[in-house]
Formats: sequence, structure tokens, C-alpha cells
Amino acid sequence: MEIATATLAELAAALHARELSSVELTRAYLERIARLDPDLNSFITVTAELALDQAQAADAVLARGEGGPLTGIPLAHKDIFCTDGVLTSCGSRMLANFVAPYDATAVARLRAAGTVLLGKTNMDEFAMGSSNETSHFGPVRNPWDPTRVPGGSSGGSAAAVAAGLAPAATATDTGGSIRQPAALCGVTGLKPTYGRVSRYGMIAFASSLDQAGTLTRSAEDAALLLGAMAGFDPRDSTSVDVPVPDYAATLGADLAGLRIGLPREYFGDGVEPGVAAAVEAALDQLRALGAETVAISLPNSHLAVPAYYVIAPAECSSNLARFDGVRYGHRCADPRDLEELYKRSRSEGFGSEVKRRIMIGTYALSAGYYDAYYLKAQRVRRLIGDDFRRAFATVDLIAGPTAPTTAFALGERLDDPITMYLSDIFTIAANLAGLPGVSLPAGFAAGLPVGLQLLGDHFSEARLLNVGHRFQQATDWHRQLPPACV
Amino acid sequence: MALARADIDNIAHLARLELDPADVPAYTRHLSAILAFVEQLDAAATAGVTPMAHPLDAVQRLRADAVTESNQRARFQALAPAVEDGLYLVPKVID
Repeated sequence: MEIATATLAELAAALHARELSSVELTRAYLERIARLDPDLNSFITVTAELALDQAQAADAVLARGEGGPLTGIPLAHKDIFCTDGVLTSCGSRMLANFVAPYDATAVARLRAAGTVLLGKTNMDEFAMGSSNETSHFGPVRNPWDPTRVPGGSSGGSAAAVAAGLAPAATATDTGGSIRQPAALCGVTGLKPTYGRVSRYGMIAFASSLDQAGTLTRSAEDAALLLGAMAGFDPRDSTSVDVPVPDYAATLGADLAGLRIGLPREYFGDGVEPGVAAAVEAALDQLRALGAETVAISLPNSHLAVPAYYVIAPAECSSNLARFDGVRYGHRCADPRDLEELYKRSRSEGFGSEVKRRIMIGTYALSAGYYDAYYLKAQRVRRLIGDDFRRAFATVDLIAGPTAPTTAFALGERLDDPITMYLSDIFTIAANLAGLPGVSLPAGFAAGLPVGLQLLGDHFSEARLLNVGHRFQQATDWHRQLPPACV
Repeated sequence: MALARADIDNIAHLARLELDPADVPAYTRHLSAILAFVEQLDAAATAGVTPMAHPLDAVQRLRADAVTESNQRARFQALAPAVEDGLYLVPKVID
């Protein structure tokens, strides 16, 4: 079994058959991280000792013939999740000294399921970015081409899984931060329905948009992790009390009769020809599996990015007000008064993209502007949600490219925020509407990965993962490993 | 919407941020570009449309007013930059 491209299902089988131990498996990933990560920078913290302790404990459970499908499975957590006793930096200087005093619910549930923590992955600072270039800890490089970005904000998690440094990683998606890096790195990225996975312990960026999800090799693996992470949490007031289905049970369902809507707005001139061609071929594959594609329209699509860049910064300006140098995180040296304490701690702690978004948000919420900006954007958000509601009355899923281009070059978009923001043109609407979405590896264009995005109605993760699984049984894009990572 | 230097200063103050004067032109340019970009929302027909604060229009869940947490002040204050006798230390607020 090739460790670098092994799926969680394959690893679980090998562990339970005692073909290899969790300690051996963990050592293998730690060795790959030591060898390959200096060129990728996908990890901020590697927890080698902790991982080996946890692996040993998992081996004891497996030796007794006990444990479940995740017992002894190594994985990584995006550095936005609080991990008890482990540095949780959120990619920022502001939290470069923050050792979390508790586990996020998503982390605790995966730990209880027996997973082994390899480390915390790199990310755009406070999850704000589409290229993983705003991290205080340096940019992450795309394992398929080190001169290019892995996407963001979950670039570290996506690159780590793509390079075979971890078989799976958690991540978060506020405007596309799981799906877009999944597409740019050639891995499977799942953003669940808003409220499906607890946000407790997940450092907040935009509270009505943030959602925890997964980056894995396969849809089958995403189903396994989602099953362990999802479910009501009384500690998150936006957590939904809806039963968690057995996602694995329906993975193999037939696709005959499945209706997939193709929004004309997602197939226009803005999509790179190589991306369009790969997506078209992937849709042919879905048709061959029995699905029917139908032309639809989401007429307010062009308003998604503008609405997001009012709402998300507004919510971020509120959420990041807690970072003031008083209770935790960075504090400036020798402040003369309280105002200086706040201003210098925050200005020293935050990078420029974060400052930009805090300021846009502050402006949009300020007296005299709230109605014109924030409330207006929330009305447009309703229009976008209604477009999807109407669409899902006639189709089961919506498909299109995850991103308009393949991975762009490092540094290419740093001085042009709007162009950077437009990388999320196809992913953002799902966050505004709270819908689940998955990006599946669907081919290559000039040697760079292309992602196919599937969006579903609220709580349709089982269907999304089923379609992903059937697609992955018929294709092998998800099993590819970058040549430099062998 | 082009922002002036005074607007940037005001916004930065509201957000309790201090910008390096050398960076202000770039921030002004970028923020003005973003505001111009979001101006597209003005053309949207939203009369009579209810704002969407939550994707599923959920309301705040309530719970019984009962104590469920334990006091972990020492543990949390171990992370603080400056504490004394259980208090967080800051520069003098009142003269």
C-alpha cells in the first residue's frame, strides 16, 4: 500500500488487520513531513511526540480487537481549531504565542474517535485569503508546482493531503476556503451545511458564514470524517439539532435519474479553457453514470462576491475586536495608555489583509452606512438564497467549476485584492446561502489540478458524497500524487 | 467610492488600528477599490426583501438559566500578558 496516496478506508483496513501499526503509520507520515514540508511549508506546528503517544495508545486499543474506523488514523488540523496544550496561531502574529487551553468540539470528537494529531496546518491569517500568502508563518507552496499557490485559506491542509504528508486534514470554509484549495491542489474538499459541524473552539472570522469541513483523498474518506465531526453541540448557538445520517451507508447508491443543474453563469468567458474542458469531461462521466444535466440560471450570481465583501468584513471586524492585548495573544511593549495598548497591539499583531477587512467592515457598520452597506448586502443575500431555493425545486444538485482558473503564481495577485477575491466567484454563494458543497479532483489543465464543484440543498451531504464516491469509482484523479512528492 | 485621508484615519480609529503613514496611500487605494467594487449592490432590486442574517433563518436558541461551567480562571489567566491577583493589568484608565 502506498502511504502517500492511501485513503482512510485502506488505512483502517490495514490497521485493523494488524498489517501495520499506528506507530509505524504515524512515523511514516512524520518522516514524509520532515523530508517534504521544508519545501511546502504546509505545517505551522508538527506534534511528533504527542502523535507517537496517541499512536501507541491507539495500537493498544487495536491489539485488543477494539476501536473504530478512525482508531490510529493520523491527521492534521487547520491551525484555526483550538487544540488543548498545542499552539493555535490562526496563521497570525496576534496568536503566535497562544497555546489553546481547550479542544474545539470538532477536534475533541475526532480525538475521541481515536485519531492521531500530526500537527497544525498553515493558513491565510484569520482565514482571510484565497492563496495562503497572508500567513505570518510564510506562504504555502502548491505541491504540483512550488512557484504557485495552493489556494486558501486552508492552503496548508490542502497541500499536506495532496503531498501525502497526512491522509486527511480538517479545514474551514467561509467563502470557499476548503473547496478552492481542494481544486487547486487536486484533493477532495467538503464544506457542510451551515450549522452541521460545531464552530465551538474554531476561531471566528465571519460567524454567519464559517463552517468546518474536511480535505481528504476521497469522498468516502470525507463521509467517514464528517460522520465523526457532525452533530448538535449545545456549546455552539448556531449548531443545528438535525440527526446525522450514516453517510457511508448511501455512498454506493445508483445515480440513475439524478438531475444536475448547470448554471449558465458558471460556464461563461471567465473560466479558463483548460478548466472548462476538464469540467465538461467530468460532467460527461456523470452522465455516463446515469445523471441527467439540465441548464439552469442563478441570476443573482454576479452579486455574490460584492455581497460577501460587505458581510464577511463586517462580521470579521466584530469578531476580531476581542484581540486587544489584554487577555491573550500579542501585546505591544510599554503602552502609555489604553488606546495605545489597543492600537499598537492590534496593528503589530494583524497583517495588512486582516487590517483591510477590519476597516471595510468597520466602515460598512458605522453610523450612516449600516443601511446602505450591511443591510443592503443582507437583502442581496436573501436574493441569492432564493435563486438556489428555486433551482433546487427542479434539480437535485448544481455543478460547475470550483474555481475559474488553475493555481496562479505566488505573488501574482497580492497587490490586486479584487482579482484575488474573484478566485472565489463560484464558491462564495454557497456560504451566503448556507449550502453544502464539495470539490472533487476532476482532471488537469497544463499539469495543474482542476476541481469539479457540486452544491446541494441544505443537509444533502449524503447525496453529494454519494455522487463524489461514484465519480471516484470511475476515475482516478483523486489518486494522483505530485511527481515531486514521491 | 473614493476615500480621503481623513476617512481612513477615522475608520482606523474606530477599529482601534494604527496605520504606518507610509502605508496609508496603499490602504486608501485598496479600500477605495473595494468600496467601488461593492457598489454593484446598489443596482440590485431589494425593495421589500427581508435581510438574511442567518442562512436557515434560525433564531437564538435559549437554555435554562443554570450554572454549567466551572471556574477555570487560573488556567485561562496563565495565557494572559499581564495578571496580578486574578486581575488583568492594563494602563491606567481613569486619572
